[in-house]
Amino acid sequence: MSDSYSDKNVHDEVTELETQSVTAARLFDIRRIIGGLFVVYGVIVTIAGFAASDNDIDKAQGVNINLWTGLGMLILGLFFLAWLKLRPTAPPPPPLEEEPKD
Amino acid sequence: MQTPTDPTYLAAELRLPTNWLDYTILGIYFLVVLGIGFAARRSVKTSLDFFLSGRSLPAWVTGLAFVAANLGATEILGMAANSAQYGVYTTHWYWIGAIPAMVFLGLVMMPFYYGSKVRSVPEFLLLRFDKASHLLSSALFAIAAILIAGVNLYALAIVVEALLGWPEWVAIVVAGFFVLAYITLGGLSSAIYNEVLQFFVILAGLIPITILGLKKVGGWDGLSDSLSANHGSDFMTAWGGTGIGSDNPLGANWLTIVLGLGFVLSFGYWTTNFAEVQRALSAKNLSAAKRTPLIAAFPKIFIVFVVMIPGLVAAVLVPKIGTPGSDLQYNDAIPYLMQQLLPNGVLGIAVTGLLAAFMAGMAANISSFNTVFTTDIWQKYVEKGREDAYYVRFGRLITVIGVLASIGTAFLASSFSNIMSYLQTLFSFFNVPMFVVFIIGMFWKRASMKSGFWGLVAGTTAAMVNYFVIYKQGIIDIPSDQGANFVSAIAGFVAGAVVMVAVSLFTKPKPVTELQGLVYGTTSPGMSEAPSEGDDAWYRKPALLGWGAVVLAAACYIPFSF
Repeated sequence: MSDSYSDKNVHDEVTELETQSVTAARLFDIRRIIGGLFVVYGVIVTIAGFAASDNDIDKAQGVNINLWTGLGMLILGLFFLAWLKLRPTAPPPPPLEEEPKD
Repeated sequence: MQTPTDPTYLAAELRLPTNWLDYTILGIYFLVVLGIGFAARRSVKTSLDFFLSGRSLPAWVTGLAFVAANLGATEILGMAANSAQYGVYTTHWYWIGAIPAMVFLGLVMMPFYYGSKVRSVPEFLLLRFDKASHLLSSALFAIAAILIAGVNLYALAIVVEALLGWPEWVAIVVAGFFVLAYITLGGLSSAIYNEVLQFFVILAGLIPITILGLKKVGGWDGLSDSLSANHGSDFMTAWGGTGIGSDNPLGANWLTIVLGLGFVLSFGYWTTNFAEVQRALSAKNLSAAKRTPLIAAFPKIFIVFVVMIPGLVAAVLVPKIGTPGSDLQYNDAIPYLMQQLLPNGVLGIAVTGLLAAFMAGMAANISSFNTVFTTDIWQKYVEKGREDAYYVRFGRLITVIGVLASIGTAFLASSFSNIMSYLQTLFSFFNVPMFVVFIIGMFWKRASMKSGFWGLVAGTTAAMVNYFVIYKQGIIDIPSDQGANFVSAIAGFVAGAVVMVAVSLFTKPKPVTELQGLVYGTTSPGMSEAPSEGDDAWYRKPALLGWGAVVLAAACYIPFSF
């Protein structure tokens, strides 16, 4: 083998580690976090939009930017929660999966 | 259009009028960031979980992380700065300087990367070439990652000091601590999840700035008219004034833009920078890995608008921006608009997005650094053959060391005014030779084992000599740093390629049996995996996504070309 490193070493090592990996089984679904955070942000910023002072609106070129941004974030948050609800996390593949046949 | 208030007054106080509402929004974000780290911790058992998320993530997650890893705050502020300085030329960094390379990575290179099951970009060099090239590229990458993480931290500290009034060391310690905590806990999964979250938060901050900025200067027409009047009509075009020999502020012509930026720099960055490629390697199967950069390409095409327009607006509102007559630097474009336009609430979102982008830019480098240092340097040359749990522990330890080292290197960034220029300079030295070696190694079976190492050495040296000697000493006159970067990149590429070919002709090739799955025209078992259920849907076809992105990017040029 001399100076070269065999393809097999890396391939076998990673294949072995893949069978022991637990990420697929244990990692939570990020859609829940994005959805939750954007709903919270959306509510906070929308409320700030309802309570906007004339100063706030003048500063933002006459746009109630808090209201619109807040509603936009709320919709994005709800989208992620709905997506999670409609297509829940797929159950992790059983360990030591058989090689798929053609 | 309003007349801008006195610029010196503005610059002295770039302080944002933040209140409790903005800090609440920021506080919630920091809690969520830490929460992700703690929640991801239980998913780490093996070193593959820690460094590559167990190769199990869906394509949309890795795709958004792929684009977010690049959407660090240095990129956002730097590209807005570029726009304020050079105008619509900035689109080149996106449409020709990113999309073709991302599509090439997904369609052509990913089967070799993912199918060979390598855990890092240097590891691919180990399989294709030899230990010398592997060790050199691993070491260069580790150093570059720490430097760039340091640039991010330094940039964060000056921005946070200006905007929020925190002392620089507080910003560095706080941001460093959070990055340290969530990567040490959850490894790459937590870095990637935070990047996906950051992607949405930064857009929620940039879109309002863009819309209000446009409104303030009288829409696109108002923006275009006043910039054309002040800077000439080429300022608002992508290709105007780029004929060879003609003069333009970028200091580059169409040839150096296409070859230097579009081909060498861009392909070097997107296809061999492990901080990017790592996201694709963590995908759950080959199809998802191929789609990672392709899914990322679509947001990338449009992100230029929310970065460039604020830069252009700032150039209208503060005509002297970036000149000695103004205290405002080009990099201040976005912070300036945040201060001028955003009321409390959205302001908090924008500040959060900016801080999140700084942390993500740093985290992408730290999470790739710890992988390369552990699997490529420590595990292969120092402590071989230990049990897997040892390398997980070592990965966590080196994460801590990496963060501390990047804090130490933060000061290096201080000698360059334009952060983007600094980053590009580094990439042209480190990434360009990597790209030469990859492209020749992947497509030419005859490229010998030794040629990889000498190609890297020659390319890096040529790029550095061109930049520091020929350009900086004024031997050849190139009008700007950016233009010199493009030329240095081309020089590095050519030198690397010539040396590789020459060395290959005089040394013996690698046996064909050891090249399976590493060179174009060969296959390995990992490349022929059957598509998973649902992956045959038309909208998941890599070829369609890839060519769709290329056509869309080309179409985007049309309105800016005439």
